[in-house]
Amino acid sequence: MKEDKYLEMNFSGKFPDLEMDRRKFLRTAGGGIFILFTLWDASLFAQEGRGRRGNLPTDFNAFLRIGEDGRVSCYTGKIEMGQGIITSLAQMLADELDVSLDSVDMVMGDTDLCPWDMGTFGSMSTRFFGPPLRAAGAEGRRVLLELAAEQLKIDVQDLNTANGVVSSKKDEKMRVSYAELAKGKKIERHLTEEVKVKSPEEFKVVSKPVTRRDALEKVSGKAKYAGDIQLPGMLHAKLLRPPQHAARLAEADTSAAEQVEGAQVFRDGDLVAVLHKYPDVAEIALAKIKAKYDLAASDLDDKNIFDHLVKVAPSGEAVAQGGDLQVGESEASILVEATYLDGYKSHAPIEPHTATASIEGDKVTVWPSSQTPFSAKREVAEALGIPQDNVRIISPFVGGGFGGKTRNLQVVEAARLAKLSGKPVQVAWNRKEEFFYDSFRPAAVITIKSGTDDKGNIRFWDYHVYFAGERGSQQFYSIPNHRTMTHGSGWGSAPGTHPFATGAWRAPGNNTNTFARESQMDMMAAKAGMDPLEFRLQNLTDAKMKNVLTTAAEKFGWKAAKAPSGMGRGIACGTDAGTSVATIAEVEVNKTTGEVKVKRVVCAQDMGLVINPEGATIQMEGCITMGLGYALREDIRFKGNDILDANFDTYSIPRFSWLPKIETVIIDNKNADPQGGGEPAIITMGAVIANAIFDAVGARLFQQPMTPERVKEALAKG
Amino acid sequence: MIENVKFKLNGKSVALRIDSDRLLLWVLRTDLGLTGTKYGCGESYCGACTLLVDNEAVRSCQVAVKDVRGKHVVTIEGLAKNGDLHPVQKAFMEYDALQCGYCTPGMIMNAVAFLRKNPRPTSAQIIAAMDDNLCRCGAHNRIVQAIEAAAKEAKGGF
Ligand code: FES
Ligand code: FES
Repeated sequence: MKEDKYLEMNFSGKFPDLEMDRRKFLRTAGGGIFILFTLWDASLFAQEGRGRRGNLPTDFNAFLRIGEDGRVSCYTGKIEMGQGIITSLAQMLADELDVSLDSVDMVMGDTDLCPWDMGTFGSMSTRFFGPPLRAAGAEGRRVLLELAAEQLKIDVQDLNTANGVVSSKKDEKMRVSYAELAKGKKIERHLTEEVKVKSPEEFKVVSKPVTRRDALEKVSGKAKYAGDIQLPGMLHAKLLRPPQHAARLAEADTSAAEQVEGAQVFRDGDLVAVLHKYPDVAEIALAKIKAKYDLAASDLDDKNIFDHLVKVAPSGEAVAQGGDLQVGESEASILVEATYLDGYKSHAPIEPHTATASIEGDKVTVWPSSQTPFSAKREVAEALGIPQDNVRIISPFVGGGFGGKTRNLQVVEAARLAKLSGKPVQVAWNRKEEFFYDSFRPAAVITIKSGTDDKGNIRFWDYHVYFAGERGSQQFYSIPNHRTMTHGSGWGSAPGTHPFATGAWRAPGNNTNTFARESQMDMMAAKAGMDPLEFRLQNLTDAKMKNVLTTAAEKFGWKAAKAPSGMGRGIACGTDAGTSVATIAEVEVNKTTGEVKVKRVVCAQDMGLVINPEGATIQMEGCITMGLGYALREDIRFKGNDILDANFDTYSIPRFSWLPKIETVIIDNKNADPQGGGEPAIITMGAVIANAIFDAVGARLFQQPMTPERVKEALAKG
Repeated sequence: MIENVKFKLNGKSVALRIDSDRLLLWVLRTDLGLTGTKYGCGESYCGACTLLVDNEAVRSCQVAVKDVRGKHVVTIEGLAKNGDLHPVQKAFMEYDALQCGYCTPGMIMNAVAFLRKNPRPTSAQIIAAMDDNLCRCGAHNRIVQAIEAAAKEAKGGF
């Protein structure tokens, strides 16, 4: 589970010191049957061996309730940001409890109603939450059966459950509904031991496609996001921002801003803000503030950053090694040595960071766009110097996160301003602030030296990654002599590493690592004169990976040929969040302009048991589409401490006209545990396009994004 | 300038005493409490704020409220008729043409305006018409399918 080290990013040492007060919790939740359970696989954290166990809540951190009206409610700190768990988690419960999907309610991300949760990221929701959730459902069903057995005086084994009713197997008329069983009860069960969950053959709802449960609200404009929360007397805040990173506010003359009718200016240390009933007027008033800053000099820019990174990188840490590199090198007749570069990328969700905060008495309530409501709660409590118990975070729908909304700067800003002004306050970043304060996917460098014998068997692999992070760095080919070294992690790097904040970006680290590894594989295949698919299969023993590769190849109609074949097709594979993925792309390269058009993408994925195939397919399509961006265009440009991209005019994200035909295959693997699905299909997009470009025109790209200029440069090199 | 501005909003008349230079997006979202129209970029690049002004798709982050004087503004909230969703809304649901849903109102409004002008589009025409509406979740191909399906369903009757 080492690949999930990135979970550390914002969380180390920050687990809650308060344990959920069970009594308070159950009191507010009303009557019924309660199943309390713990969402994570405790062994995951034990394995990590970071001595954190002591800090983790030892109690449950999710629960489900069968209410006196027979409805099933699941209370979880997870949030819905488009990944569809509002549907897939409910499906699991419906199946285990034998109720219709309509009678399952999801109560999500409300820190007063839901027990503590680490956050929604890392493809974890279904992976770690799924098994205990299903077990809790099964346990709920067991309680209902016991209660019914007592009431109907029939043995449990002679009872059936269907559609929210327990009935006798022999006499359909002997029946009692869940609502009747839960009526007037307050039963509390803790899920401790193993409970038998349903086998895949018994699923009625899980693994059947269903459309999103939140679709109606979202197509009718009723779905509420953080900026849609409107409270009586609420003011909109616009904050004074520095012109560049590392700048310090020296002085600010706010007198002209104060003259704007209805505008109030608040200042607290470095925080200077204008509050107004209307956000647009607050913005106009803010522009009237005259501020002076002390600027810091920096020579870094988006071109020299790579040399800088290698220079400041710590000496490496081996994450995997085996055999003897020197022996391997001596056995290799074909050598490939290359350096791969990747620039900073923005998360760029269409909804910028937003939070609405209100203080009543000593209780603070915030509605934020956040992937980590419980961290937000702690951060607000710390900023205001109040107990965490006095802070409630209510999670509205989140308009895309991709890892970027694990940081809660705007939440703290809104809470501080609500306190300063004594009014409800909304902070909604504009697009420029979003690009400025984003925790970018880190720029990174990877160097690889590898070689094969004359039959194309890889003999050695020496891999160094600087700052992309560990996830996806371990290769899975069968190579006798190998070493994988990470120099610096993907986030939380020492000061002086990156000129601005960096953080987890959808499948953190893996996009960069897979780009490098799979490009290197292709170069070795080409030098060995082998078809790139055949080369991979020959060097793999991992059956799951071979299977996704051949499945994708079959779907694509792959015909063996060595690259460059002129056909413009590329192949790449990888693993992420326990899922294996293989992608094949077909591209067209305009040699004059350097434009690359991706025409077709075929992607096969083995993600274990799939809870909602429709949802999983959509996630794969989303990954492939988003992946076109980092592969072809997305790159944060900066000079010194200035971020040069402030909006979508210069930072281009994928558009309709970029879209290839997308075909996805999900391997039927019902008996394996569910694995992550929100990220894997994005990791191969860089490599598959690089390899397809090579196959099309014989030019090799070593840097993401593969912009027209870089394609032309590579063509010129031949 | 503070003055009276009247226009029709989702079928009903509105009369505002307002600084008429203020942007329609914010007037709708704050003064009028219609939050279905979203802010995404504020500079006409993303289309999240798209709505209809006299049946044309307009980016409300670029339009002053005085510019809609006497006109008919329709937002995502006003698209359903007597509780019946617009065919484009239905098709978005049916084709799962959304993930986080934040770009969705703008996508739907842009598609509605486009289909009024071109009720029987080819998919290439749909792609061209939608190209300046951004979606970060990658719902694009499904959005195109949904618009195609809505067009078929309506048989030219938008
Ligand atoms: S908010 Fe108006 S186009 Fe982006
Ligand atoms: S569905 Fe999230 S931005 Fe389009």
